[in-house]
Amino acid sequence: MDINDLRSIVTIVSFLTFLGVVWWAYGVKSNKKRFEEAAMLPFTDEEADRVELGLDRNGQRKAS
Amino acid sequence: MSETQSTYNYKVVRQFAVMTVIWGIVGMLVGVIIAAQLVWPELNLGWLHFGRLRPLHTNAVIFAFGGCALFATSYYVVQRTCHTRIFSDALAAFTFWGWQLVIVLAAVTLPLGITSGKEYAELEWPIDILITLVWVAYAVVFFGTIVKRKVTHIYVANWFYGGFILAVALLHVVNSAAIPVTLTKSYSAYAGVQDAMVQWWYGHNAVGFFLTAGFLGMMYYFVPKQAGRPVYSYRLSVVHFWALIFTYMWAGPHHLHYTALPDWTQSLGMVFSLILLAPSWGGMINGVMTLSGAWHKLRDDPVLKFLITSLSFYGMSTFEGPMMAIKTVNALSHYTDWTIGHVHSGALGWVAMVSIGSIYYLLPRLFGKQEMFSVKLITVHFWVATIGVVLYIASMWISGVMQGLMWRAVNADGTLTYSFVESVKASYPFWAIRFLGGVLFLTGMLVMAYNMFKTIASGRSVDDARVLLPAAHHA
Repeated sequence: MDINDLRSIVTIVSFLTFLGVVWWAYGVKSNKKRFEEAAMLPFTDEEADRVELGLDRNGQRKAS
Repeated sequence: MSETQSTYNYKVVRQFAVMTVIWGIVGMLVGVIIAAQLVWPELNLGWLHFGRLRPLHTNAVIFAFGGCALFATSYYVVQRTCHTRIFSDALAAFTFWGWQLVIVLAAVTLPLGITSGKEYAELEWPIDILITLVWVAYAVVFFGTIVKRKVTHIYVANWFYGGFILAVALLHVVNSAAIPVTLTKSYSAYAGVQDAMVQWWYGHNAVGFFLTAGFLGMMYYFVPKQAGRPVYSYRLSVVHFWALIFTYMWAGPHHLHYTALPDWTQSLGMVFSLILLAPSWGGMINGVMTLSGAWHKLRDDPVLKFLITSLSFYGMSTFEGPMMAIKTVNALSHYTDWTIGHVHSGALGWVAMVSIGSIYYLLPRLFGKQEMFSVKLITVHFWVATIGVVLYIASMWISGVMQGLMWRAVNADGTLTYSFVESVKASYPFWAIRFLGGVLFLTGMLVMAYNMFKTIASGRSVDDARVLLPAAHHA
């Protein structure tokens, strides 16, 4: 086997890996829910957002 | 357990965020000075001439300004999306002081002419070792925080930050391998064309991972947060991440078209650069479309303006980049100002603007304010910066294409139509316009600094943002 065969194989394996990633992202049904959950992660920490912005529990500005 | 474990560590985020603005001003000021030196050569004084200051400019804007922005945002995002305090306060503090020391050492050694001569990796070996130590600490803090996360998923922004940290560690260690001769002088471990290829494998991936992957991490957190809606397609972000990581590594040879590098390597670099268009635009579209249905927010939110405009520049420069990597286009563009224009459409338009937007998001929150001291001044900053970038890149396009055409023009008898110095002379007006664009961009940063200090003066250091389990989890 010459080195160019090896190069071709690496190219094909890389492409199949890419197709695998696409399939994993779009094709696997059970992934849909976990991705939707993950997408909400920046919005799950409202308490910290309130403290940062100096707001109380009702979103009103704290008297300081 | 203890009180400190139940809050987020914002101290290190605050330190890096403030230094982002400071180093941004320093690095861009040096850029404006060297732009002026090209227009008025008599400004090249002593060891503050163009050759010494140019590496100082690139190091300051990439590693000091960009680096501090990446540290600040990654430490903030990883804590908030993992619902846990940072892994080690002491190590995080070490990364801050260590990184500042690296920057100061760069500012001292580069004007003295102490350099290893590799573009974007000029710092000599003792500083390289310090960078390695800081970087290992950074990786431990970042991945340590991910390991102790309180949620199942690792948010996509952290994937990009993590990829950036790992790749930069690899690039830095391989490309900085050198044989020291004295404390301030070393020689590369590689020779000839191998050295050139290692250098541009490093150089292009510095763009791909330091200046792209890390800042995409910012995009995936701060664009959804500022827009108030989750990212357009999380599934696209997964494909975006892996495609970008796989492809960038191979694009480096396009910096060495028509050199001693084997022809097939040049072609490989060109093909991978063209493929890169797909993941780059996939990511850009994902960021911009996050605003879909909420476009009106762009009208009166200058922070969002910064973030979305940065994505437009990202789309522009990642279209221009693959085009310039085509060998026949490169034959015209290489070694001309077109390259400088391309770099700055990425560096000012994308990297700086997404950082500025993210820092404007962070500053009030780190100092317990609802918004910056003056939202109007953010708008002023936005327009001054945008006009500055447009002047900069438009003037460089014109001078670059002009230089390329002048250099390749030949007379009927085969002699060159123009001498080199004629192309220099013809470039002056465009260098003057570029200088003006740089001054505008720097002015915007000064406005930002004023706004920042006013915000800090009336704020308080927020150190009591408690770590809570995500709202959806009832634990």
